[in-house]
Amino acid sequence: MKKLGLFGVMAALLRREVSVALRQKGEVLTPLVFFVVVASLFPLGVGPESALLLRMAPGVLWVSALLAAMLSLQRLFATDHADGSLEQMALSSTPLGLLVAAKALTHFLLSGLPLVLMAPVLGLQFGLESHSLGILMLTLLLGTPTLSLIGSIGAALTLGVRGAGVLLSLLILPLYIPVLIFGAGAVEADAAGLGIGGHLSLLAALLVLSVFFAPLATKTALRISLE
Amino acid sequence: MAGANGVGKTSLLRMVCGLAPIESGQILWNDTPIHSQSDVYRQDLCYLGHLNSLQESMTVNENLVFTAALAGNAPEPTQLQEVLAHFGVRGRGEQLVKHLSQGQKRRVALSRLALSQARLWVLDEPFVAMDEKGVRMLADLIASHLGKGGLAVITSHQQVDIGTIAPQMLELRA
Repeated sequence: MKKLGLFGVMAALLRREVSVALRQKGEVLTPLVFFVVVASLFPLGVGPESALLLRMAPGVLWVSALLAAMLSLQRLFATDHADGSLEQMALSSTPLGLLVAAKALTHFLLSGLPLVLMAPVLGLQFGLESHSLGILMLTLLLGTPTLSLIGSIGAALTLGVRGAGVLLSLLILPLYIPVLIFGAGAVEADAAGLGIGGHLSLLAALLVLSVFFAPLATKTALRISLE
Repeated sequence: MAGANGVGKTSLLRMVCGLAPIESGQILWNDTPIHSQSDVYRQDLCYLGHLNSLQESMTVNENLVFTAALAGNAPEPTQLQEVLAHFGVRGRGEQLVKHLSQGQKRRVALSRLALSQARLWVLDEPFVAMDEKGVRMLADLIASHLGKGGLAVITSHQQVDIGTIAPQMLELRA
């Protein structure tokens, strides 16, 4: 029998998560459809005034993306917890923090990345210019992995708790505020012709911090939930 | 390990695995507390609890490959076929787990033992949902593991002969 290194184990987890998600297409499509529906409701609700839509666009698109990314968080560890796979991961000789990081990466690939790709289409409804659409994609590309990583802490803390969905939202939404402010702020600044370097740097800093600290916090939360 | 329902057999096994905290005392592995050598200990440990640890949307082979990967192993396809045949689920490798019966799922879960290279097996009610043939097969596998110098901590309500090795019985009382 061949031996696997750390990356081999993480690759096995990534393959597993992606193949399971592709067999349960509804779970991948739900956040995307939610994103499209919510972002499309605003123009219908506030009317066709282009200046107002343009001003609202960054905030609306970012809040919609944030809520959509949160939809699938509850299931991040729940299925593995219910069937016992999470115990096996916790007892693996591979550090649980690395497995958690791999789970967050798959969450980004399956929930966050489709939102990044869909965002410019929705941005057109609000009259965003092509450059701002590019900035919107860039901010989402930097921001949605942070959402997945921070969200994984909440998913681990609420594992097995009744009414976990609501509790998860209450725990995680306040932590999402900096990502929302700098993400939407960058698009708004670009639309106003201002510099966006600071916003992007802060988004990148949040991502780096999340990459280092979120898996550790999630690992600890998971061990507590499994006790 | 024997004892009435609710006496704490599963809790004790989870402590042995390091999944549950210990209020007093310590658990040693090679004369060292397990919490101070968790990485080494986990390499030596294979735990099968009440749950089968099988993802329903994956095939039997995919599940076995994944759980082997968690232990740092990559079994060959022929090994998977042999193990499944040994456990009486021959030809089910490409079948989704959700299409198996409870007994077959348990057999697939237990077939992980044959792929495991861990020295210590911790098994919580492994004979549940197994027919007579399955019980014998599992008992022989455990006997073979013990014969190779391995260890097994098992809870069971059934009295099963495991080879010629006399087990040490521990009865928990409330």
